[in-house]
Amino acid sequence: MSKPTIIVVGNGMVGYKFCEKLLARSSQFQIIVFGEEPRHAYDRVHLSEYFNGKTADDLSLSTLSWYADNDIALHLDDPIQEINRGEKTIHSLKGITLKYDYLVLATGSSAFVPDIPGIEKEGVFVYRTIEDLELIKACAANAKCGAVMGGGLLGLEAAKALIDLGITETHVIEFAPRLMPRQIDSAGSSMLQMKLSQLGLHIHLNKSTAAIVGDKKISSLKFNDDSLLTVDMLVISAGIRPRDELAKLAGLHVGTRGGIMVNEKMQTSDEHIYAIGECALYEGMIYGLIAPGYEMADVAAAHLTAADKGFYGYDMSTKLKLIGVDVASFGDAFITEPDCRTILFEDTHKGIYKRINITNDGKNLLGGILIGDAEAYNMLLQTVNNKIVLPPDPEDLILGSRGGEASAGAGVMSLPDDALICSCEAVTKGAICSAVNDGGVTNVDGMKKCTKAGTGCGGCVPLVKDLIAGTMKANGQYVKNVICEHFDYSRQELFDLVKIGGLKNYDLVLDHYGKGDGCEVCKPVVASILSSLWNDVIVKQEVIQDSNDRFLANIQKGGTYSVVPRIPGGEITPDKLIVIGQVAKRYGLYTKITGGQRIDMFGAHLSDLPLIWEELIDAGFESGHAYGKALRTVKSCVGSTWCRFGLHDSVTFAIEIEDRYKGIRAPHKIKGGVSGCVRECAEAQSKDFGIIATEKGWNLYVCGNGGSKPQHAQLLATDIDKETLVKYLDRFLMFYIKTADQLTRTATWLNKLDGGMSYLKNVIVNDSLGLGEQLEEEMQTLVNTYHCEWKEAVNNPAMRKRFAHFINAPEEKDPTARFEPMREQVKAKEW
Amino acid sequence: METVIATEWIMACYVDDVPENGGSCIKHGDEQIAIFNFARRNEWYATQNLCPHKQQMAISRGMIGSTGENCEPKVACPFHKKAFSLLTGECIGEEELTIKTYPVKITDGMVFIGIA
Repeated sequence: MSKPTIIVVGNGMVGYKFCEKLLARSSQFQIIVFGEEPRHAYDRVHLSEYFNGKTADDLSLSTLSWYADNDIALHLDDPIQEINRGEKTIHSLKGITLKYDYLVLATGSSAFVPDIPGIEKEGVFVYRTIEDLELIKACAANAKCGAVMGGGLLGLEAAKALIDLGITETHVIEFAPRLMPRQIDSAGSSMLQMKLSQLGLHIHLNKSTAAIVGDKKISSLKFNDDSLLTVDMLVISAGIRPRDELAKLAGLHVGTRGGIMVNEKMQTSDEHIYAIGECALYEGMIYGLIAPGYEMADVAAAHLTAADKGFYGYDMSTKLKLIGVDVASFGDAFITEPDCRTILFEDTHKGIYKRINITNDGKNLLGGILIGDAEAYNMLLQTVNNKIVLPPDPEDLILGSRGGEASAGAGVMSLPDDALICSCEAVTKGAICSAVNDGGVTNVDGMKKCTKAGTGCGGCVPLVKDLIAGTMKANGQYVKNVICEHFDYSRQELFDLVKIGGLKNYDLVLDHYGKGDGCEVCKPVVASILSSLWNDVIVKQEVIQDSNDRFLANIQKGGTYSVVPRIPGGEITPDKLIVIGQVAKRYGLYTKITGGQRIDMFGAHLSDLPLIWEELIDAGFESGHAYGKALRTVKSCVGSTWCRFGLHDSVTFAIEIEDRYKGIRAPHKIKGGVSGCVRECAEAQSKDFGIIATEKGWNLYVCGNGGSKPQHAQLLATDIDKETLVKYLDRFLMFYIKTADQLTRTATWLNKLDGGMSYLKNVIVNDSLGLGEQLEEEMQTLVNTYHCEWKEAVNNPAMRKRFAHFINAPEEKDPTARFEPMREQVKAKEW
Repeated sequence: METVIATEWIMACYVDDVPENGGSCIKHGDEQIAIFNFARRNEWYATQNLCPHKQQMAISRGMIGSTGENCEPKVACPFHKKAFSLLTGECIGEEELTIKTYPVKITDGMVFIGIA
């Protein structure tokens, strides 16, 4: 008996998903697909990325061979013209006639084009297919000013596309009094409008277009209020129209405002014909999002294979980033008092608007809107969908917990098993957890393969990640944090292994504890561990050092290097200043004072580095380790020696501390600061360790950070003397060096440390682990074995030889390293 | 039928000019060529010295290693860690960048590079 034939009309995202879902359920059917477009199904949701360099192939949902491999006959560029329901046949444009047992209409929608005089003119486009995008792209090349008709979700996407295409003046014309009227309220719209205007978008609300003016080509838009807007092009995005013309012709029931009517099994008025996606009308509603479309595809596939599943409406919650602005709308976003209570938060300074609607008894969340910051979206949506009881202060949900230890909400692990995590692929929390428990999945990539969670819009990936980690942790499974593909250990584990094994070089470590040949991730990690343990000269193992450590200088644009001699505490004699000036002049270097109170010299050729350092060493300088994951500087204010407010001598203390820890390798760079009084001129509280003079002694702060995520250092000990302070600092630094992950600053390390600051205080001050003495000894060993790497390098002929650009022409410099003049000095040529 | 491609072998440097498991750069006319002594695998590789990502003469200063099931040998540019296969010159990852590779042979402690 031959297999029953299913013909799928339409090869968009939903049509494709139907094939996939059906194949997953059964191989009993012969599948034939007809598509109107010349391409096989592609990702229309991320269409605008086509303008950011993604190709049609990148967007495509599968390969052509996928269809062949699954025995699917694919007819592209060949729309179906007619359905003969009596004979159960279809006829295509290219003249193919085929018999079907079941027909699935996935004809999607087309852009709604309003009937405005002049709409047919050149320079007027819709935004729907890759072909539309190509036409828009071609026109945009010669256009300066463009407009988008429609301020909905798609219209704003189209506006972003115009900006990406280099249109300098982009307008959005919306008929309604607000943007995205289907998703957000008017206060949210105002906030969104403000943010988008700041980004250079011109937004016109309450505007209806009367005519498109121009000879052959569009030249301006005329509005009902008689105003004019001069434009070179117009993209229409005024909504969608379900493609129901084929169904109508075949006599299937369609809605008065379009759409093929379906029941909860996705069957049309003819039981052998199904309709899914944006062409289907379920209980008077067209579902214009991808997730419900996929759900319909699965329902139809289920029904065809006699499985029990129905479609009963769909949550239209959505979160997206529009031109860099977060917008989210979930649950019942528009319900108002007295049917609910509303909590609003508005910050016009940062452009954030949040609204949540809660039940009158304050127990449940009904829905809400987020503009400008939608980080809480996933948890809020889960709270609505699973009717999770709200905390006593529900405003914490949008404001975050303010004070106290309690956190807002109880986190992902408290969700019920049937909580829908990935709505695109309908994956529940239970399914994700069991993939971890039974399927051995340990990461997001594995989860995508196993359950498809996170493969649609990708919005749930952070939740999926948390669930994987949470489930593993709950099982007592160790959440592995490995260095790279060559070492199945975290940095801390490898540190201990290398120490116990007494291993002194990279190849031995790799042979004992790793596999393969290593890489640019694990080599510097091992180099740092070896250095922290044995403190040997790093250039003896030059090839495992990161480029900067390999040449003991910082590689800069153009391939030249910068040189930073140590200037402890920022104190320097006039004679030494003169030497720096002379050296910089002799080698043509650009000089600049750094943020750490020292002097950086830029533009040194590789082969000049040993010569430069010879001169600096002769004048009494040492390496500043600006190239290493090591102590950089200990910044100081001038302190009690000169300052009328100074309590103690901060410069002397800074120099002592810098000299103590110089050269020691760590998981990341370390910076310190010493201030002579509470005015804190050394900005010590932004450093990995900060020391501030008090009336009675010194306060020690740790784990501060400038950088991209500034964080103030926290108080570790108060009013202590110098000796105690150095003891604590020894313990603290050594504990960090031994336990942190690679490339983790002290601030991030503390944030991840179980127990946080109170735990750290216990270990360092109260010696709760009994490690204090050992940590101090280990640090003292490092201090005792200090050497200036540059001194070793310039005095060792074999090491010196490596500082040449051309090994077969050591006297020649890289001719491609070029400089340009700037303010009486030079700078690297732009790349 | 056999196709004969004339390869010119140039003497680039001596074996000990290139650090074990690392690279050096040589000058051949106006060309800069990176040579890698992959001592751990007893293999030698040569590529262009120019990293195509930001047009920097730096590949020879990069770290070498391997990736994947088949231990594909690779080098990572020191600037932004773009990694290239030492066998094919293709960028490992999504980037559409490639670098030129050259054959290498070792004779009597000398390193020869084949220039097509």
